[in-house]
Amino acid sequence: MSFFNPENLEKAQILVGLYPDKRSALIPLCHLAQSQHGHLSNEAMVEIAELVGVQPAEVYGTASFYDMLHTEEVGKYLVGVCTNVACLLSGGQELLEHASDVLGIPPGATTEDGKFTLEEVECVAHCDKAPCAQVNYRYFGPLTNGDFDQLVDDLKSDRLSDSVPPHGVLSRVFRDAPPMVPLEIIHQERRVMDEAKKARLAAQNPDAGGKQ
Amino acid sequence: MSTKIVTARVDIPNSHTLSVYLEQGGYQSLRKALLEMTPEAVQEEVTVSGMLGRGGAGFETGRKWSMLKQDLVRYLVVNGDESEPSTFKDHLLVENDPHQLVEGTLITAYAIGASRAFIYLRGEFALGLERVQSAINEAYAYGAIGRNIFGSGFSVDVVLQPGAGAYICGEETALIESLEGKRGFPRIKPPYFPAVIGLYGAPTIVNNVETMSNVPWIVKNGGRAFAAMGKGRSTGTRLFALSGDVMRPGNYELEMTSKTFRELIYDPDFGGGLKEGRSVKAVIPGGVSAPWIGPDNLDLPLGQDEVAQAGSMLGSGSIIVLDDHSCAVRAAWRITKFFNRESCGQCTPCREGSGWIEKIMHRIELGSGTESDLDLVLDACDNIAPGLTWPPQQTTICVLGPSIPSSVVSAIKMFRDEFMVHIKEEGCPFVH
Amino acid sequence: MSTDESQNLVTLSIDGREIKAKGGELLIEAAEKSGVFIPRFCYHNRLPQVGVCRMCLVEVKGPRGFSLQPSCYLPVSEGMEVITQSEKVKKAQDGVLEFLLINHPLDCPTCDKGGECPLQDQTLTYGPGESRFAEEKRHWEKPIAISELVFLDRERCIQCDRCTRFADVVAGDALIEFIGRGDHTEVNVFPDRPFSSYFSGNTVQICPVGALTAAPYRFKARPWDLSQVESSCMACSMGCRIMVQSSQNGLTRYLGLDSDSVNHGWLCDKGRFGFEAINSADRVTSPMIRKGDSFVETSWASALSLIGSKIVDAKASGDPSRIGIMLGSRLTNEDIYAWVKLAKGVIGTDSVDSQLGDGLRGEVIAALPRATVNEAVSAKAVLAFTGDIKEEIPVLFLRLREAIRNGRTKLVTVGTRSSSLDKLSEVSARVTPDQARLLAMEVTKDSSKFPEISAVLSKQGVGADGEGLVVLLGRENLAWDQSIVEAFALELSRSLPKAKFLITLRGSNFSGAVDLGGVPRLLPGRSSLETATPVLRQKWANLPAQGGRGAKEMFNAALRGELDLLFLVGSDPRQDYLDSELANSALDNVGFVVSVDTYLSRSSSSADLVLPAAAFAEKAGTTTNLEGRVFTVNQKVTSPGLCRPDWTIASEIALELEEDLGFGSAEDILDEIAEVSPLHWGLSWHRLTKSAALDGVVVPITATALSIRPRAMLDQISTPGIASVWNQGLPSSKTSYFDDGTIEEPGSASQPPAQASVASVEPIWPVAPVQPLGTMRLGYSRKLYGQGEHLMNSPHLSKLIVEAKCRISSKTAKELGAEMGDSLRVADKAGGESLFELEIDDSVGDGIVELIRGSFSNPGFSPVRSDEAVNYVKVERA
Ligand SMILES: Cc1cc2nc3c(=O)[nH]c(=O)nc-3n(C[C@H](O)[C@H](O)[C@H](O)COP(=O)(O)O)c2cc1C
Ligand code: SF4
Ligand code: FES
Repeated sequence: MSFFNPENLEKAQILVGLYPDKRSALIPLCHLAQSQHGHLSNEAMVEIAELVGVQPAEVYGTASFYDMLHTEEVGKYLVGVCTNVACLLSGGQELLEHASDVLGIPPGATTEDGKFTLEEVECVAHCDKAPCAQVNYRYFGPLTNGDFDQLVDDLKSDRLSDSVPPHGVLSRVFRDAPPMVPLEIIHQERRVMDEAKKARLAAQNPDAGGKQ
Repeated sequence: MSTKIVTARVDIPNSHTLSVYLEQGGYQSLRKALLEMTPEAVQEEVTVSGMLGRGGAGFETGRKWSMLKQDLVRYLVVNGDESEPSTFKDHLLVENDPHQLVEGTLITAYAIGASRAFIYLRGEFALGLERVQSAINEAYAYGAIGRNIFGSGFSVDVVLQPGAGAYICGEETALIESLEGKRGFPRIKPPYFPAVIGLYGAPTIVNNVETMSNVPWIVKNGGRAFAAMGKGRSTGTRLFALSGDVMRPGNYELEMTSKTFRELIYDPDFGGGLKEGRSVKAVIPGGVSAPWIGPDNLDLPLGQDEVAQAGSMLGSGSIIVLDDHSCAVRAAWRITKFFNRESCGQCTPCREGSGWIEKIMHRIELGSGTESDLDLVLDACDNIAPGLTWPPQQTTICVLGPSIPSSVVSAIKMFRDEFMVHIKEEGCPFVH
Repeated sequence: MSTDESQNLVTLSIDGREIKAKGGELLIEAAEKSGVFIPRFCYHNRLPQVGVCRMCLVEVKGPRGFSLQPSCYLPVSEGMEVITQSEKVKKAQDGVLEFLLINHPLDCPTCDKGGECPLQDQTLTYGPGESRFAEEKRHWEKPIAISELVFLDRERCIQCDRCTRFADVVAGDALIEFIGRGDHTEVNVFPDRPFSSYFSGNTVQICPVGALTAAPYRFKARPWDLSQVESSCMACSMGCRIMVQSSQNGLTRYLGLDSDSVNHGWLCDKGRFGFEAINSADRVTSPMIRKGDSFVETSWASALSLIGSKIVDAKASGDPSRIGIMLGSRLTNEDIYAWVKLAKGVIGTDSVDSQLGDGLRGEVIAALPRATVNEAVSAKAVLAFTGDIKEEIPVLFLRLREAIRNGRTKLVTVGTRSSSLDKLSEVSARVTPDQARLLAMEVTKDSSKFPEISAVLSKQGVGADGEGLVVLLGRENLAWDQSIVEAFALELSRSLPKAKFLITLRGSNFSGAVDLGGVPRLLPGRSSLETATPVLRQKWANLPAQGGRGAKEMFNAALRGELDLLFLVGSDPRQDYLDSELANSALDNVGFVVSVDTYLSRSSSSADLVLPAAAFAEKAGTTTNLEGRVFTVNQKVTSPGLCRPDWTIASEIALELEEDLGFGSAEDILDEIAEVSPLHWGLSWHRLTKSAALDGVVVPITATALSIRPRAMLDQISTPGIASVWNQGLPSSKTSYFDDGTIEEPGSASQPPAQASVASVEPIWPVAPVQPLGTMRLGYSRKLYGQGEHLMNSPHLSKLIVEAKCRISSKTAKELGAEMGDSLRVADKAGGESLFELEIDDSVGDGIVELIRGSFSNPGFSPVRSDEAVNYVKVERA
């Protein structure tokens, strides 16, 4: 049984084929898994490990490095309020506190109905609209407390479902074309890559050799 | 009004689509480069332009390209990870002019002979990812990417890679690791520069989104025209992302050195000044990694070397203004918290030091600090960036480490009194 | 130092002192060799360096003056200027220590690492560190078991990346990883997937703090209570160098020593944790004689005199070969020599064997040109026709894996089954016996029927005469008779005379047994009965007139009633002999069975007389590893009860026969070996211990084998306590890690002794039987954690013992109408049956059934028949 549904499995295979080294598809595949399932389940990580030819622990270790990859369940709407310095100067911290009151959860938690997860986030590159928030990485700002309440209302009633898809769905545009560069070049790439890897290992570990 | 290069089209409706881009003369530079110029000639124009990289380090782009080791396989990686706090210029470019980025990427790939180009975009840019992917798809269909582009015989693929939320992946070697599907650990250097050993062990050029976005213009108008703008090493225009306590925060593309900090902040066309009756307390130029500058430096022109001489850096071109109603301690603490959250955790001083310093700074801001805490913080900072000099020395692998002390040390040096008030009055004197 | 090394020297200055170092060598190593120890945590000489802990920062002069650089990452270069002692360096290092302690718990009193912890040591000398941090520390759930053998305490972890690097890069089992980011980083496993690596114990050994601890050692002892001695592991034929530690006469821990030639500091878990078996309460501790269905204790004196009279009785028949001796893999060279001398020099029987049907004939081993491990891993190409090395000789697998990953050699694998070697191989070819023969005859010829293999060999520059090729030879498929493997090797050696062989049989000291006459027809020094040297004839008065029997022939003789007396010296044929049906019925039919054993094994529990033997670490001696390297094995603890070293038992039996074997200690025996065996000329106890024998000595001794290179044996950071243990109370001292002594070269053996050559042994290709209708070909192999007393008596390892398993491909399963998890009945040729749970595995060839050796549901089931060249079995759904 595969974790990915047939449509996503096809996408997964395209992703794996985009790179000289399969492992490069690891993060895109994690996003793909989240788009299907909302978060990154163990089952998904095991399958990704197989697809890119590494151990599940390596997928887990890599995914856990990144804030956007959630190995725990996440609400349908991941609300991130920025409190970094530009927002801080414009009331970001207070907006976060307000958000926490309105949603009834502290940052990091998910509402009981599974609809909202609140996060305190670092700068989301929207500082000209401070204080700002993102919902599933769609931006809103500048936000007064009232604006925020309206936003929550809109989300609750799914009025924004066109512009804010459920958590996990990132880019709704998928690559049309498979890579077109001639195969020989790709082979060349792989050869160079292998040799570089060996050279690196040998250089890093000059001592570990059978000499006598 | 000075010339606009990278933001010339951003206000046109549907500026992100191929049709608008073509109407505006898009992909003509690519045609020119591929059909009329040798790769060396393209490189030459970029070298002549004197364009400094727009990612933060400010390295000359032409010189970087010329350092590329001429192995069979070479890569181009575009750095669109933009996560330096208060930097939001690439954000604008990827959402509103993705074809310009793609065109610049393609021209660069041609110039350096890359066998493949990757655009690594910050994962949180959901709209940006959609826009750039659409642009790539359109460009393939249009024949600008893929095999035998415009009949020139040059072939290249462009792959969009989403990040997944880690500031450190903006650091070029961490970005490469991330692109290889790994944890974003910066590579230890020297001896490995990406131009010698980069992605998959092959020579690789990493350039910022804004840097790439300038390339079509340079090819069209010539490097000389670019170099004619600005002064000294600061040529061309730059996008300044202005935020904080100003009336009109936003992105402003300005000819380099043509304006001063004061003009940017106060000009009604740009920052529009501060709130009624307030004055500038400090400016954080170049992103939060940069040391702060005081009001006495407001008349510095916005140029690379000018800011460097004042003991800071132009960095990513972001400028945060703190007015006299804002708390320096709080701002410095919040920046430390950012670095603590974003430290990759690889090397000890940064991993542990960032957390420790953040805790002490927070304590001081909340009112339970002591005077000796200030020396303690400075000493801990000294153990990350020995000597607390600028440009910094470091005990860490990458320069995120020595970025931690920048704000803390600036704040303590410039506003020691304010710290003492926090300590004596056991709390923050400012209202938030 | 050899000349090519000296050519590449650079001069640099460290703290104003000029030193010379190998160009490209890392600064941290070069400094250490010159006597300047730079503190470190993440650096380990056998791992790729990452430079993350920043403890090793020193000032190095660059174009812009001196700056702090990680000495573990910087290769030395000509003219380099380095300062390791400045205020600036000291401050940076103290800063790193203080940072590390921020989140490190203060649980030293309950930490296994307490007393040998670099963090603790350095903090003691560093004042203010602790008090300046007033905040809350990071918290994690206290130790979690990440496998049956390893506990992880994440609070103590300092993120040095040693364990994770080892698991990924060295072991190839990336099962533990960094999880999270920044100061929330932890090391952990994937949820519900344990750290089930054969090499997990190494991570415990190299962990510089107490984050990883070993279940068998937890809370057992404190470093300052330990005493230790250097030795060699005898769990398999690799002979990894170890430090054996004990406390209050109980073994507590083995640590891998860093020998360049052998184990590079690594051990497998089976070897590392096997000490538990020696501490077992189930040891045999007194002589016991059978009374009906049970044993009663008896005295050594009466046991020995009973044996004496049994020998006299058996000899009275006039045929000394009615007495047989089977030697097990527990034995040291001295034990083997004593028992062989008893048999061949006193009793006059040549029926001595040390292999239980799973080895190769002594003459064949003796005839093949021998390669060392280092030669193998740096050969132009390696051809493997051997059992799964990862399962049988795990540390050799690590060495090979490392060499292949670093591009130092390339591997070609031939055989009948898939194995761990496949992933490392350029080509893996499945062969039948006929194809094996063809391969052996023409692998490097243009006409080769194996073009892919030939292509690899020629691309690697292997000569048409086999120059540059090393063959790993073992029992690839236990369902094939050894004669096929022998014929293959002999044929190959004839067509490729320059190819060398590394015999990869797993039994410890099989090599010593062959070198010392522990097999039929050979005498010490590998001479034949006919070519015994005059010295030997003088010392061994009663040499047998004709060749004796091997294990199989002894069993057959027993069935015919021709075996009166059988000594099982550390040998358990009921458990280990492949054709268990034959072994069981034969042993039931021997006149009198004497078992010299450490536990009541299957065989000793049905013997007539059991003698308690001293186990590993309870006696001194030497052992020989698979490449012919002789190392010391040392005593650390005293045996329980009345146990005696095996060699003394042989001596005393001889005394019963009124003969004196002529030695009173293991050292005496080694001297005698060196006197009578041309292979061992020049060897002496003194020599082996003088050189600290870290790399041992390869026999036959040549001058080069004796050159010693100074090298740290143990990583000082992960086990600094070892130094204080070493010096019993002295503070850490670097000098004790080095052996810079030199040894004069032996005059006597510059000329290697005449050896049997392949020309003298004929390859005999057995006729493989036609596959009987309705049967399947059998693949039969072992796992590391198969059966065996050693494992069963180790409380922790015993949990890892694998079940007997049966695997077939999905296609074959379909033909049988069986599915994963179904029960299958497998019947051997004689109709013995056993049931298995089916595993479907498409790496198994179609029409083949693979069995993993283990305890079968029916002890009478014996899928391998000793009279078959190739075994077939019947398989059906149960
Ligand atoms: C901690 C850290 C974060 C960085 N983040 C970014 C970033 O988000 N975007 C970027 O373009 N460069 C970033 N850089 C700079 C890159 O390492 C690199 O210098 C740059 O991408 C080169 O492009 P350029 O020459 O076009 O400026 C960062 C550097 C550091 C040390
Ligand atoms: S300085 Fe910080 S971010 Fe950079 S490598 Fe070290 S731990 Fe990672
Ligand atoms: S950084 Fe050199 S030993 Fe850790």
